Amino acid sequence: MKMVTAIVKHTRFDVVRRALVEVGVEGMTTTEVRGFGRQRGYKEVYRGVQYEVRFLPKVKIEVATSDEKLDTVVRAIEESARTGEVGDGKIFITELGQCIRIRTGERGEEAL
Amino acid sequence: MISKGDTAWMLMSTALVMLMTPGLAFFYGGMVRRKNVLGTLMHSFAAIAIVSIQWMLFGYSLAFGPDVKGIIGNLDWVALRNVGLLPNPAYAPTVPHLAFMIYQAMFAVITPALISGAFAERMKFSAYVVFVLLWSTLVYDPVAHWIWGAGGWLKGLGVLDFAGGLVVHATSGFSALAAALFIGRRKDLSREPMPPHNLPMTVIGAGLLWFGWFGFNAGSALSSGQLSTLAFVTTHAAAVAATATWIVIEWLHRGKPTVFGAVTGSIAGLATITPAAGFVGPDAALAIGVLAGGICYAALNLKPKLGYDDSLDAFGVHGVGGATGTLCLGLFAALAVNPAGANGLFLGNAQQFYIQLGAVALVAAYSFIVSLVILKIVDVIVGLRISPDYEDNGLDISLHGEEGYYL
Repeated sequence: MKMVTAIVKHTRFDVVRRALVEVGVEGMTTTEVRGFGRQRGYKEVYRGVQYEVRFLPKVKIEVATSDEKLDTVVRAIEESARTGEVGDGKIFITELGQCIRIRTGERGEEAL
Repeated sequence: MISKGDTAWMLMSTALVMLMTPGLAFFYGGMVRRKNVLGTLMHSFAAIAIVSIQWMLFGYSLAFGPDVKGIIGNLDWVALRNVGLLPNPAYAPTVPHLAFMIYQAMFAVITPALISGAFAERMKFSAYVVFVLLWSTLVYDPVAHWIWGAGGWLKGLGVLDFAGGLVVHATSGFSALAAALFIGRRKDLSREPMPPHNLPMTVIGAGLLWFGWFGFNAGSALSSGQLSTLAFVTTHAAAVAATATWIVIEWLHRGKPTVFGAVTGSIAGLATITPAAGFVGPDAALAIGVLAGGICYAALNLKPKLGYDDSLDAFGVHGVGGATGTLCLGLFAALAVNPAGANGLFLGNAQQFYIQLGAVALVAAYSFIVSLVILKIVDVIVGLRISPDYEDNGLDISLHGEEGYYL
């Protein structure tokens, strides 16, 4: 099992969600996050006082998936989140040790 | 002879001016960081209670009571003795004396609250309470007496101040400058951005201030009729001219017209027209509004270069605006508009301009110096500034034991 963590633009979030549902993903967790990568920040001015905003708002999507479906899930995110501009985000893939469905006590891929 | 129309307007105006202080609380509250929102609201809200009590016990007597050598009122009206339901012809001959007293109370309330923008996010609440009491007694009450009290010495010299450009905005603005310099910059100001946490709250506050300002300026006619109508219109004219000017200048200068700039412009216009509201025509008021927008915009943009931390621009808006308006009165005033006023420089009476200029210099210097002395006293007896730990955690939790947004 793998955990796929994708950081995407707010404007692409809904498209990514739909793409994931289309390839059969049955659950995900999302968080509003702030961060920076290669994309530059922007400037805000309050009454003549200028601030550099270095952390930009993004959406973090976490999807747990079986090894078998990993490629499909990752490709769905990649293709739906891409605009071709700097700041499209990142996908991280990590090993997932265990998964438990709390209601039934199922373990492993059955619980995904 | 009591006029029901005048009394109704004065009581209505009193309520309008009262609403300005909670309005100011929102105006300032939106500008601070979220951890300081309640502490900032508290500055304004507590001032309503502290100053109203001071005013009824002895402040009103000091400011408006029977004159002692032009400097201060005596104590004949302590605890509102001799202040009753019959009119006092020296101030407002057609409304009950008590109505005039409570109307003036609301001015006394909002003035020290304006100063709180200078030391936002870092002053002890205990120190604030003592500061407000001393400041109202030693700065507001005497200056109000000099300019508005029967027998006041600046009034005798011909100084004009319709609704408080000197008494309210210059006193609070120059005291704010003293406070910002004395208490020092907020911790980490040079290292951390400190943008406003809730600008929509600031816009609500500006709206309430603008609404209440009609009571502040048009109510200062102390009657309902021609003069109150004039002041009502000049107030709005200056506010809209300053708002539009700010939007245009900021758009050209910074590339984007900000909402924060627009509402700041409106308050700058309102503060600036305050002394002149009943002495100039609507055309002059539009011009004064344009000047207010331009001059206060420059003042605020200069602040980061000068390096002092007048956190919410109490000096840049009220000190600069109040002084500008008091001088504009010396330029634009016209006897044709208000026979009880004067002609200004543009109508050939340079004398009035010099009188206004002298009054600005005197009130600014007096407010600045006495505020420094008061701040020093408060610092010695209770300590002015919260600890760095408290400053990190914010006023709300550290001083008041609650949070503005519990999530």
